[in-house]
Amino acid sequence: MNTNYIGKGTSRVDGREKVTGQAKYAAEFTAEGMTHAFVVSSRIAKGKIKSIDASAALELEGVLDVFTHKNRPKLAWYDKSYQDEDSPPGSPFRPLYDSEIQFSMQPIALVVAETFELARYGASLVQVEYEEESHTTNLKANREKAYNPKKYKSGEPPKSRGNMEEAFAGAAAKVDQEYFHTSEHHNPMEMHASTVVWEDDGTMTIYDKTQSVKNSQNYIKKIFDLSTKDARVISPFVGGAFGSGLRPQYQLFLAVMAALALERSVKLVLTRQQMFSFGHRPATIQHLQLGASKDGNLLAAKHEAFAETSRFEDYAENVVVWQNTLYKCDNVAFDYKLVGLDVYTPLDMRAPGGVTGMYALESAMDELAVAAGIDPVELRLKNYTEKDQNEDAPFTSKELKECYRQAAEKFGWEKRNPEPRSMRDGHKLVGWGMASAAWEATQQEASAKAQLTADGKLIVSSATADIGTGTYTVMTQLAAETLGLPLEDVTFKLGDSTLPYAPLEGGSWTVSSVGSAVKKVCDAIGERLLKFSRKLPGSPFALAGLEEVKFENGMMKLKSDPSKGFYIKDIMQQRELDVIEEEVTSKPASEQKNYAPYAHAAVFVEVKVDEDFGTITVSRVVSGVAAGRVINTKTSRSQILGGIVWGIGMALEEESFMDNTFGRFMNHNLAEYHVPVNADVHDIEVIFVEEHDEIVNPIGAKGLGEIGIVGVAAAIANAVYHATGKRVRDLPITLDKVM
Amino acid sequence: MEEQKANKEGQSEQPHNDTRRDFLKQSSLLTALVLTPPTVFNAAAARLDEKVAEKFEKVPVTLEINRVKQKLSVEPRVTLLDLLREQLNLTGTKKGCDYGQCGACTVHVDGVRVNSCLTFAVMLDGKKITTIEGLAEGDELHPMQQAFIKHDGFQCGYCTPGQIMSAVACVREGHANSEAEIREYMSGNICRCGAYPNIVKAIQEVKNGGQKV
Repeated sequence: MNTNYIGKGTSRVDGREKVTGQAKYAAEFTAEGMTHAFVVSSRIAKGKIKSIDASAALELEGVLDVFTHKNRPKLAWYDKSYQDEDSPPGSPFRPLYDSEIQFSMQPIALVVAETFELARYGASLVQVEYEEESHTTNLKANREKAYNPKKYKSGEPPKSRGNMEEAFAGAAAKVDQEYFHTSEHHNPMEMHASTVVWEDDGTMTIYDKTQSVKNSQNYIKKIFDLSTKDARVISPFVGGAFGSGLRPQYQLFLAVMAALALERSVKLVLTRQQMFSFGHRPATIQHLQLGASKDGNLLAAKHEAFAETSRFEDYAENVVVWQNTLYKCDNVAFDYKLVGLDVYTPLDMRAPGGVTGMYALESAMDELAVAAGIDPVELRLKNYTEKDQNEDAPFTSKELKECYRQAAEKFGWEKRNPEPRSMRDGHKLVGWGMASAAWEATQQEASAKAQLTADGKLIVSSATADIGTGTYTVMTQLAAETLGLPLEDVTFKLGDSTLPYAPLEGGSWTVSSVGSAVKKVCDAIGERLLKFSRKLPGSPFALAGLEEVKFENGMMKLKSDPSKGFYIKDIMQQRELDVIEEEVTSKPASEQKNYAPYAHAAVFVEVKVDEDFGTITVSRVVSGVAAGRVINTKTSRSQILGGIVWGIGMALEEESFMDNTFGRFMNHNLAEYHVPVNADVHDIEVIFVEEHDEIVNPIGAKGLGEIGIVGVAAAIANAVYHATGKRVRDLPITLDKVM
Repeated sequence: MEEQKANKEGQSEQPHNDTRRDFLKQSSLLTALVLTPPTVFNAAAARLDEKVAEKFEKVPVTLEINRVKQKLSVEPRVTLLDLLREQLNLTGTKKGCDYGQCGACTVHVDGVRVNSCLTFAVMLDGKKITTIEGLAEGDELHPMQQAFIKHDGFQCGYCTPGQIMSAVACVREGHANSEAEIREYMSGNICRCGAYPNIVKAIQEVKNGGQKV
């Protein structure tokens, strides 16, 4: 037996359930007398419901009720009752609240019936008359209406320093360009769903697709005036989310409302089309000005952004902060403005702000390299910063230089001919591009509970989520290694609102936050074991402190003499203990405040562009990632692979196409909203650069859910320029734009 | 072969005679309605649609699902996917789009991979259906399931049953002879987590491993 698991390629502990179809997602729970609900969506983007006639649906045998703003139950009054842990400043959308339509496909009625087919058919019979008002959904056409929000969701844009205008005017090499990307939708494979099981005692067990069961629970508690016991939220498996589950979506509200009104179990699954009716990555226009000396020293940098938001909430991202994180510059200016449109509020989508900001910044850096006649990697090394200029703080660790070096070497970057259109493979133009990436590596407060039983089995739990990220596996590894137990004796539980608090499963902070709590609670169990063992006959631990013992292979041993120790099971049995239980809360150490915590990456890309047809293939990607300690080499690599595949989607395919005539995303299905398929993905290599970080959190791991996507779109755009000589500053780069 | 009667209400086999009697009753009602003024007819029409569906549009079908023969009575508008998930509690087969665009609902019908969301259950009378729940032999995982675990061919796991059913068919069809061929023949199954390179590796291992697939 060897109980060292950290840094190994352990297969997912939930793998068997996932490959056999036994893993149950939100819509896959059922109960006696389950009813099915179907949402009627608004046809218009703005206006009022003049009349709504559900009589045809209600006449169907088996249709139980049709809920609209006319007959909905009494709801909470104040905005704060509708706000959740991820709400931006403003007034959250309230489903079925009144007759007002605020965005296209707004839910306006809910049909509840005995079968799914009947609910769907009933929804088609609901007749709605609208009083249409003219809507505004075009970001570019309304840019002049941009405003600075009173309150920024995640911090104000960084302060300007020096004199940008003057320094830019005097620069030898300059870039002054605009970059744009459209709205994108998360589109996890599992559509948002909530199954509310109405229990005999009048309480509800709610299976919800969410990145935080606590967030979902608090949301419905406040709106429907429920106690914690009234509504337990469970979410053992989440079929992807990428941010879409950070806020409770309207299916949760509607399913709970219907269950309360009917006192029946209700299942509600949104359609794929309806998955385009809520949060999305906001379309953003970015203006970049970079000025450098002849030899490539950055003298001036300006980054301003104009992003869409809804009329009712000010959603803002950290788009313009990355210059300060990545490149040394004394004359900088930043601004981030919002344009209110008649759309649903945007929502954090994998590396929100980071992918957006670094797409523009890293494209502009490439343009600057061309303007200055310097190699793109060299330009970045020249302006490398050892300090985060946002906070004027040193990094907890930063091995980005090593990322550039190792990834460039693996890629063969030194063989690159800088001249565009200089490399070919038959009738295909070959382009090589690169970009840097950074992403926050913060730690949040989190709690965890552990129970060690007499048979030596350990259960650790926290109300976090596993959205495919590997939480189950990594937490099991951390717990098993801390207490030296075999992996199969450790169970990690998550996704249940009765478990100790965990933050939203997002922000790449789950390993650092929940992982720290898991380690801490296992240490607490270890300390209890030590206390219990001191009085055992012949105990070698009589005088030992926790730092003098280690746990491995099912035993507690003296570090100074590992031949001396007890089996954990024996300690439990000799002291006649059935169970040892501990619950802890772990908080970031105050020392962290003096440092800037970031994960970094350097991504190198090869594209092949068909000269006649303009089709672009990403034939090779090498990504060098420095993100602290890697807990699981297998799942970590998968996280980065997935991020890179997302980057390919962002660069070449993903586009929620707004039809401004109707104010609606017109390609609202997976045939027309293109995401990468297997044939789009070729050689991808992931390198984890060694990085030791004792400050970032007690685990030393920075989180990998987001860093993988950052920079990829820019690297691809830069490679397309290198292949074709054409600079496309408008994502996605579809073939019509390069022909 | 085990024969199993569905135990949930509405799924048990209905004697055909009842159906026929109901049809006769309803058809005389239909005749009466044709003679009534249009307004009355319209008011009643919608409800009648459903009565019709309820009473005699349930169609008896016999499906062999995961080696178990099941006699079922289903509405013609019920897809194989919804039958599996909502009536038979076989939720391993996933709904990712309901329009044949994502592949999450892939099952085998008489050994051929199909999108169960685009297939009405009543079309499959007498057919053999294999879902992800029927792929393993007892506790022994199918080689493709083992390879997916080993190569981490998934993250969230939601597209996984469809990927695996598709992958097994891809090998059986003889379409797993190279990386490029696998990518092409697996492109009907979207994985939003982006596990594609690992999926290709898993399929290659099974293909090259020589086990019975």
